[in-house]
Amino acid sequence: MAQEHAAPIHGEDEGTTTGLNHRKMLMWAFLGSDCMFFGSLIATYLVYQGKSLEGPLPIDVFDIPVTSISTFVLLMSSMSMVLAYSALTKNNMKGFRIWMVSTAIMGATFIGFQVYEFSSFANHHVEVDCVNPGELTKYEQHIFDEGCASGEAHAESHEGLKPQTNLFGTTFYTLTGFHGAHVTLGIVWLLSLLLLSFKKGVITPEKNLDVDLAALYWHFVDVVWIVIFTVVYLFGVFPGF
Amino acid sequence: MSQELSAKEHTGHPTAGQYFRIAVILCAITAVEVGIFYLEFLGHWMIPILFTLSAFKFALVAMYYMHLKFDHKLFTYMFVAGFILAACVISFLLLLFGVYS
Amino acid sequence: MSTFPISIPRPVHPTGIWNWITTIDHKRIGILYGVTAFIMFLSGGIEATLMRLQLAGPELDIVSAAVYNQLFTMHGTTMIFLAVMPLSAAFFNFVIPLQIGARDVAFPRLNAFSYWTFLGGALMLKLSWIGGATDAGWFGYAPLTSVAQNPGTGIDFWIISLQVLGIASLAASFNFIVTIINMRAPGMTMMRLPLFTWMSFLTAILLVLAFPVITVALIELTFDRYFMFNFFNVANGGSVVLWQHLFWVFGHPEVYILILPAMGIVSEVLPVFSKKPLFGYKTVVLAGAIIAFMGWMVWSHHMFTVGLGAVANAVFTVTTMLIAVPTGIKVFNWIGTIWGGSIRFNTPMLFSLGFIAMFLLGGISGVMHAVSAHDAQQQDTYFVPAHIHYVLFGGAIMAILSGIFYWFPKYSGKMYSERQGKISFWLIMLGQNVTFFPMHFVGLDGMPRRIYTYVEGMGWEFWNGVSTGGVFILIIGFLLVVVNIGRHWKNGEPAPADPWDARTLEWSIPSPPPEYNFEKIPIVRSLDDWWETKQGLDYKEVPASGGSGNEGHEIHLPQPSYWPIVAAFGLFIAAYGVVFNDLLIPWALAAVGLTIGFIGVYSWSLEPVNDPEEDSTN
Repeated sequence: MAQEHAAPIHGEDEGTTTGLNHRKMLMWAFLGSDCMFFGSLIATYLVYQGKSLEGPLPIDVFDIPVTSISTFVLLMSSMSMVLAYSALTKNNMKGFRIWMVSTAIMGATFIGFQVYEFSSFANHHVEVDCVNPGELTKYEQHIFDEGCASGEAHAESHEGLKPQTNLFGTTFYTLTGFHGAHVTLGIVWLLSLLLLSFKKGVITPEKNLDVDLAALYWHFVDVVWIVIFTVVYLFGVFPGF
Repeated sequence: MSQELSAKEHTGHPTAGQYFRIAVILCAITAVEVGIFYLEFLGHWMIPILFTLSAFKFALVAMYYMHLKFDHKLFTYMFVAGFILAACVISFLLLLFGVYS
Repeated sequence: MSTFPISIPRPVHPTGIWNWITTIDHKRIGILYGVTAFIMFLSGGIEATLMRLQLAGPELDIVSAAVYNQLFTMHGTTMIFLAVMPLSAAFFNFVIPLQIGARDVAFPRLNAFSYWTFLGGALMLKLSWIGGATDAGWFGYAPLTSVAQNPGTGIDFWIISLQVLGIASLAASFNFIVTIINMRAPGMTMMRLPLFTWMSFLTAILLVLAFPVITVALIELTFDRYFMFNFFNVANGGSVVLWQHLFWVFGHPEVYILILPAMGIVSEVLPVFSKKPLFGYKTVVLAGAIIAFMGWMVWSHHMFTVGLGAVANAVFTVTTMLIAVPTGIKVFNWIGTIWGGSIRFNTPMLFSLGFIAMFLLGGISGVMHAVSAHDAQQQDTYFVPAHIHYVLFGGAIMAILSGIFYWFPKYSGKMYSERQGKISFWLIMLGQNVTFFPMHFVGLDGMPRRIYTYVEGMGWEFWNGVSTGGVFILIIGFLLVVVNIGRHWKNGEPAPADPWDARTLEWSIPSPPPEYNFEKIPIVRSLDDWWETKQGLDYKEVPASGGSGNEGHEIHLPQPSYWPIVAAFGLFIAAYGVVFNDLLIPWALAAVGLTIGFIGVYSWSLEPVNDPEEDSTN
């Protein structure tokens, strides 16, 4: 082993058949299973893509720059998480706590972005210039057709995108909502570990498995978001899809 | 999955610096993704390009941050089994619903 | 040990009922699973009996159409989720750690949690009979489950209890995957694993991959029903076919989740009672793995008449026919195992032989459905229930009965009556064929399934009457099983450690096994290691009882715990809270349940597996 004996390599356990730790194996089996969970949600989203009958579509509501920022925050939280774990194994408890807090804060920021996004979608407001409409999306065209018939200057809609509005709303809120729920659970987990780390001897450079498992979960939530960002957001606004 | 698998294959873990470099790469790819997304002339090529880029990000996080690269292969099998199966189910459902046609 | 947030002294040596409530011993949990699931099996049998009585003749009026719909839905759901799956789980619990030479499962408390959660889900589903149970079929096709079509709470109970049962099954499966990979005795390589453990392992893998799909489908249905989402709302562009796809993506692997453990049991029983090793061990394992893998590629054969198109139907016809190949390989291997053996026709052997015959018949009608053109004729007729009962009753239940008798000496420490066992076998064998075989005829004559009655002159009266008559033979057969098991469990003759001259490790320890299972963890040198040991020179007779009672003193076992049942109870309350979400304060009951659950999980995760302070009292 190249490393010094700073910490036992996580996931190793004497007395098991493979030498691997039970809980770590359980965690990986769970993550494999959770792939199927998100896979089914993504499948539903994709099957219904472009099948909405009315209402705002991805191109009307998505704001790619904003979501890029929240994606960036979540990616950074993953880095912060590995640094927390790394600090712990080097017996740098202060560094460990700082990075744990920063991970949780970044996770919370991501959730904050999501709340902002959900509420702005739900209150989405469109206004179409009847005289000089310019290039319109399908939804704007619909509002134009409905509202500009009798010679008004503007047509508008305050309907917004709610889960009940159309298939896009239904599948979008469910998929991203469950991802958000996973992140929230992750934050609770990280904060619990942070609290526990003040209790003597519960989390130490040698007893780092709890942090290791939480980190795996946290990164998994991150990779799910990598998929969602591409498949839902980028492809969603892509005109040819 | 028998005894021979318990052979330790650890080559040590990335350092904080390496973690940071990976984070930089991840952010750079995301920036590229968003950038590519505004290049409308790419047309349908955008889909495979974006797919490849996000697959690369996925792999980086799984291999380094989740340290699959340094861990026992069994963990990789467990995770990849779920991942591939999910990808297959998604593809087949899309095929059955005629999304590709 | 003070634990946040609540401090309760740990149950160190509980007695009486507390012993069962706080137990984390895999053998006791296995027995709890078995007894509960057998009761659920009988309740599903009562539902079936009522249906058969209603169909005994034309235009009978024993139950109403509405009740009939609830009966067939509850019968299907009960038999699959509350009977066959947990009966298999009972064997997983009891047998797997013994077969791999372990002292318990990898996560004993998670195991207890699985059982109590299963019990909660089961009670919830069965109690939904009060106020009207679900009546949309066990597959719950949209839009039959929509609020517009089905406003009562029956569907809600069905959805939520299935979610609870799903959590129980997932937790158990994660547990067994880790147990089988990571708790094997030294030398017990994967290719020395007993067949039952192998098939259970494949089942657990299938389950953790398949259950998330039904979880998502049920979540979508829940959102549709509670919050007017559009997943299956055709008026807003939703597709009811998506439900069918999601359901069967789960549902077909589920079929193998039901049958693979049964195949495992049979693969244990046949070699023992033929005094021969299993013919082609590696082939049987591989065939099982191929079945588990291919089980994912055939789901749309449940949907041949939906109109998926010629290409999809052709593809799924081919994959479905292909899956008959590994299944056939297994059947040939079983026959090869018996061939030339010195066969003893004990009750377990009879049930296993019955399994092969009945499962083969079910397989043949299965291949008939696989032809999509042919299936168009059979879809929704009684031909399909005939097939499904041949594979699940003639298959799974026969194998489970075989297992119940085979391992009876081990879990009860007593011997059953061989004479009664054999009589019950012949009654059940006769009963099932009289009950289910005529369904082929009425099915091909065009009798639809799920109808509560039929008019005279359709030509269905005679065989329906015969079918109903068969049920009574089955009832007598099962009563005899219950009497045999119940009476001899209490006062049967004490069983020796290895009454069958068997081959696997569970027979190398006393019956019933001591709490710690193995005094010394065995070292495994070959496949069928216990058999090889018995042929060797260093073989010593196993003491019939636990010995002087002083053994195992220094073996540290995980201690009992309150928290699994607390967490499961919280989940149970939360599940009711979701169904009755407008009771007094909206969602308050669900929040209370979740809080209890969280307290349970928190206290559980902070509780050490072994309490160092209280260990000294051991």
